[in-house]
Amino acid sequence: MTSVGAARAAAFDPGAEAARVTEAILRDTKVGAHRGVVVDSPPGAGKSTLVVRAALELADAGRPLMVVAQTNAQVDDLVLRLHEKRPDLPVGRLHSSDADAYDKALEGLDNVLLSDKAAALAGLPVVISTAAKWGHVKPSDAHWEQAIVDEAYQMRSDALLTVAGLFDRALFVGDPGQLDPFSVVGAEQWAGLSYDPSASAVSTLLAHNPGLPQHRLPVSWRLPASAAPLVSAAFYPYTPFRAGTGHDDRRLSFAVPSDGSGPDRVIDEAAHSGWGLLELPHRLTPRTDPEAVRAVATVVRRLLDRGGAAVSERSDVPVPLTADRVAVGTAHRDQAAAVRAALAELGVRDVVVDTANRLQGREYDVTVVLHPLSGRPDATAFHLETGRLCVLASRHRHACIVVCRAGVADLLDDHPSTEPVQLGVTVKFPDGWEANHAVLSHLAEHRVPWRP
Amino acid sequence: MSLITTLARLEAIRAGRAQPAATVRHRHLAERPLVVVPLTTAGEAGAPLGALVGCDRDAPRLLVVPQPRDRDLRSAFLAELADVVLPYVESFADDVELVEGKEADPETGRQVKVERELCADAPQLIVPSRAGVEFLRLLGRSTRFRRTADQDPETAYPAPPRVPLLGRWLTHFGERARVPGSSLLLAMTDLLSRHWATGQSSLEDQHLGALLAWIDPPVEEGLTGAEAALRAELGRDPEGQLLCPPAGPATDPAFDNRLLAPAIERYDRARSALAAAEDGVAADALLAHLSEAEREIGELVRSRTLPTWENVWRGLDLLRALPEASRVPDRWTGDRWSFTAHRDRVASGEPPQPRIDDAVTAAQKLARREREQAKLDAQEALDDPLVLAARRLTGEAFVGEVVEVAMTYTETKRPSPRPLVTVRTEDRPHLGEKAKVFRSLEGKPQTARFVAAEEEDGGAGGAGEVSAEGPLLVVLRIVDRMGRGKEPALGSVPEKGDRLCFTLFEHEPRGGPKLPDPENTPWTHGGPPSDPAPLPAADPVTEEDLL
Repeated sequence: MTSVGAARAAAFDPGAEAARVTEAILRDTKVGAHRGVVVDSPPGAGKSTLVVRAALELADAGRPLMVVAQTNAQVDDLVLRLHEKRPDLPVGRLHSSDADAYDKALEGLDNVLLSDKAAALAGLPVVISTAAKWGHVKPSDAHWEQAIVDEAYQMRSDALLTVAGLFDRALFVGDPGQLDPFSVVGAEQWAGLSYDPSASAVSTLLAHNPGLPQHRLPVSWRLPASAAPLVSAAFYPYTPFRAGTGHDDRRLSFAVPSDGSGPDRVIDEAAHSGWGLLELPHRLTPRTDPEAVRAVATVVRRLLDRGGAAVSERSDVPVPLTADRVAVGTAHRDQAAAVRAALAELGVRDVVVDTANRLQGREYDVTVVLHPLSGRPDATAFHLETGRLCVLASRHRHACIVVCRAGVADLLDDHPSTEPVQLGVTVKFPDGWEANHAVLSHLAEHRVPWRP
Repeated sequence: MSLITTLARLEAIRAGRAQPAATVRHRHLAERPLVVVPLTTAGEAGAPLGALVGCDRDAPRLLVVPQPRDRDLRSAFLAELADVVLPYVESFADDVELVEGKEADPETGRQVKVERELCADAPQLIVPSRAGVEFLRLLGRSTRFRRTADQDPETAYPAPPRVPLLGRWLTHFGERARVPGSSLLLAMTDLLSRHWATGQSSLEDQHLGALLAWIDPPVEEGLTGAEAALRAELGRDPEGQLLCPPAGPATDPAFDNRLLAPAIERYDRARSALAAAEDGVAADALLAHLSEAEREIGELVRSRTLPTWENVWRGLDLLRALPEASRVPDRWTGDRWSFTAHRDRVASGEPPQPRIDDAVTAAQKLARREREQAKLDAQEALDDPLVLAARRLTGEAFVGEVVEVAMTYTETKRPSPRPLVTVRTEDRPHLGEKAKVFRSLEGKPQTARFVAAEEEDGGAGGAGEVSAEGPLLVVLRIVDRMGRGKEPALGSVPEKGDRLCFTLFEHEPRGGPKLPDPENTPWTHGGPPSDPAPLPAADPVTEEDLL
């Protein structure tokens, strides 16, 4: 780092900057003249913390609040966080009538009320549920002055349409860089309409209410200093953010030295630099490429075997790198299943293996990623989607190891984006092609070739 | 593309002919479909050149627009098309059955029984390719708002009487075609590629001639599917014209330039000569020239549409040879409801479908189509072992034999049966903890919950942790459809030795949340739509506007 850069870094106080933005958001939400406030949050920028804090302040201000999240897991997590912060605050958890509709950990908590009827929870300071469940509540039966919509960029416009009649004002929070909502049938017919039902809730909201205040959380507390600049430049080129920690704040070390194999060398590279690319020889493979899957499993096994310890601002002493602090990310569900099977063969349990869609919003110390384009003969829109790579590359606090076959850069060059341009649709920057190239060229500096 | 489709395509290449992608027919085929083979004018979106239409394979009706840029001739074409399509469509309108349904009483709000009319059968339009569907949709869009002299005596260019109605029906067919599994308007290429896997890409499969060449290669000529498909795509006669004209509506440029353009020019000349005729005798001779020129264009259009017409009927023959899948009539009933509903809208004098959907309608349509897609995927798999095989390979379904049934009961005041069923399967389903699985019981889905799985030769495993190749013992707990009593209803619990198929996907996807009424569209979506929706200003007319 140059001295000028160092000086600027010193002048930038991430905590103060984040606090300033948070204050502005809360001010607009509580006393602003607008019906809606939009908050863009890059990965790990404290979105959940913001939601919890806003919920508590609104509850304190005596404004009955409904919170809309997208999945049951997110709802349960929010309820637990609220309860942890303020055990005396009555919180309603509206759930579906299915068995296992909610986390059993919520049962028996004081001041947490569970019901599958909105009417039974009416009058509580905070009621939380999924968009799908809120959609079944009739506006004539219940109404809230204020709402918080979490993960609003992953919510589809038509889902917002079913719930928006329930509230007067709302705070919309989400990450624009993650996976866009999708539809299993074609929706081109409505492309370009301001209320395209397959678009994200935020794009519809802003198209109809262009004057709404928009805020951006400026600091990622999750991503290490090695990752934030790359993720920011590759996926958020016009709305940059920074890491909340410096290069020296986080360290990953291993008690067992490297045995010189590819997996061990890539682990050392990633521990040292934050990134590692384990490159397998070029080959066209089925989706569940057995060699790549085994390589992923081997890397995970070695990560756990080598007695890793993570040093971070969260703790004064090194924290052991255990299975629950490691995750594997894939593009497809069958790939995830294949990795799970390979891990089971190696005797590894309790390591989360999931697709990008399901890893959204989660956080680990180290992630191992099977590159979405590895071994493919073509680059489809699905595999090129910016959000997919962004999710996979931004779940980690310390290091990210990518397993990939060689030749992806050529594959990208052979498949420029050819999606038709739809009139009236805001073009998203960067496109997946460009983002993939940006990430690849960075990973190339941390490449460990390996022939299994 | 699923692994099994890839395999079928590879096998097609090796065998030199298409391989079955289905063992039964997954779409309804009407006894008397109306086949439409439209052609359009190059460079003029929505300017039809002609069409071959009809329900009788041996007697298609040829419609031609000798000068596609002439609005009057285009109107005449549309009027003729309406004369063919509307009587066909309307012939299904009066034969109805009465179906009992429930609807909310407008006064009390209570659900009351009502009898509703449902047309006993519905019309079916078949076009050669997906572009044909798009073209009919475009014709519908351009005609449904036209005004006839009756509706508006002041209108500058009155439409022939039945043309706006044609537009409304074509729009309805076009919209319905977007619903997965619907059969009111079908493209032959889609139908064929659903049921056969060829050795070419799915893009190439959109060429009807090439697709048929793979499915039914001319073995008597000693050609393989690949060779015949190549000939269909590229083969030209000594004059440079394609042996197999494209299925349209776009035409081959060589045809446009060398044959069509000169013929239209001759027609134009004959027409201006006739307009300039000075006396009756001269006019008679010039009129003969004009009809000759018109006949010539008609023959050209016929020569480009007739091979496609034949191909569409050949495709219908091939498809009719497949037995109909058992859940097809159920989906066709949906098409009949759709037809009946639009018949009622037309009869009650409702205005044509709006130019663009409002927010609520768009969301409703999308939700409906997603539901229909899920239903279609499930039904096709349940109807067809070959489709099911693809789902088994991806771990979304498994087939196995029941090896043990143990009764258990809920620990409630009135115990209900919860039998534990052990299924031995060679498949590798992706069963998560407490995952729901479904089987078809008398056409209705029965739900079970995944309890545990282990390999038959020892080695227990939880969810998704079983890796070896051997048979798997899956324990499931049946949770519904066993009647109200303590003992399960007869035949509702699997028995030892039964061979069953369980799916991880639902058979009848649930409906989503109710959407607000359009007049209650919330502020996030722009509030209630203004009535009528403001029309964007028309583009100014410039010198380049020839139409």
